[in-house]
Amino acid sequence: MIQWQDSGIVLSVRPHGENGGIVSLLTASHGRAAGYVYGATSTKTRGVLEIGNLVSATWQARAHDQLGSYALELEKSYAADVISDAVRLTALQSACALADKTLPEHEAHPAIFNGTLALMESFQGELWDASYIFWEIGLLKELGFGLDLTRCVATGAVEDLIYVSPKSGCAVSAPAGEIYKERLLALPPFLRGEARFEEEDILNGLKLTGHFLLNRVFSLANSNLPEPRLRLEEKYVKRQKA
Amino acid sequence: MIGTEIEHLIKLISKLPGLGPRSARRAALHLLKNRESLMLPLSQALGKAAEVIVECPECHNLDTASPCSICASPARDRGILCVVEDIADLWALEKTGSYRGYYHVLGGTLSALDGVGPDDLSIPHLARRAGDERVREVIIALNATIDGQTTAHYISDCLQACNVSVTQLAHGVPIGGQIDYLDDGTLATALKSRKAI
Repeated sequence: MIQWQDSGIVLSVRPHGENGGIVSLLTASHGRAAGYVYGATSTKTRGVLEIGNLVSATWQARAHDQLGSYALELEKSYAADVISDAVRLTALQSACALADKTLPEHEAHPAIFNGTLALMESFQGELWDASYIFWEIGLLKELGFGLDLTRCVATGAVEDLIYVSPKSGCAVSAPAGEIYKERLLALPPFLRGEARFEEEDILNGLKLTGHFLLNRVFSLANSNLPEPRLRLEEKYVKRQKA
Repeated sequence: MIGTEIEHLIKLISKLPGLGPRSARRAALHLLKNRESLMLPLSQALGKAAEVIVECPECHNLDTASPCSICASPARDRGILCVVEDIADLWALEKTGSYRGYYHVLGGTLSALDGVGPDDLSIPHLARRAGDERVREVIIALNATIDGQTTAHYISDCLQACNVSVTQLAHGVPIGGQIDYLDDGTLATALKSRKAI
């Protein structure tokens, strides 16, 4: 019998049978790993299995390639922190859905695990939305599609960077991008290290990461961004219009 | 060994929630042993229920009358509408005896994972009902789960155009609950929604 213990963040729960569920966790040392949870719908376990919660997990199976089963214990309920705030709740759902759909199984990604924990903690603060954009950039990097926002791809300039090339994912300076500005993505100031976090900047950040997630990750599998991610961007679009 | 009729009966009983093949076999045997006192009355009751119970076109409750007895009652407050996930929740609220308004049964919650969208639930119908000028308040009584609260926020957005106050059930310490046995999330939520005494 193979067994390991780890901390994990609940990414998704699918009901299986009458009382059980298949739970996908993002663990610290074992990456994304799924397992069967007996009595997942029981009153005792249901609260533990809310997405975004940090749990202590014991996974066991006869062989590595089997589904295995989990015994879970709640470490911290991040879901409860955001449940009353519609936008934070959508961001939490979006982060969990993105990690669940993009990360390969049984491949350790400690940076993404720690980044996700930091994101969950940030939901209690004010600048959580900027943290969310940084988290998506981190996810892209972890998936092998890192963005280079430090210098202009055309001139090498490190000043006046206000665009991002939708093809290369590199920054473009204002003078170099002037003639292509309709086709370039906006680079929000907080991604250049400036302490400006206007709603417009957050929306530009979401559009930026959304573009690369869609074109470099999801389109490869002929699918769209997860529904909570679309809903999150839509909420900022609505706020902009209001 | 077992006749096909009994096999068929066991197969049907095992489809009920909470029953597997083994307990279905026990239930079937119990029914057969109590044919006159239980099996025949039960089969008649099942047939009658299937024949006369209908879904209320107003609130989506189940009743023998259409509209249901709650929607048809003039003694209830037409100004309050309570949104619940399913009929079991409606029954639970009715059992308290402390709510005298009308209900709206959604038939589930929004779930991206299961592909349940607003059109799969009775949300457009709810928006039409909330638009009635007699409705003053819509109480959202959905589960304190991610899916339940996502649905609650969505409904609240949908009802912004209606001239109604949208409220939600409180989350916190249950009656008879001991603080040291509560989970962190419930305690944190209870602290956030504390009130003056």
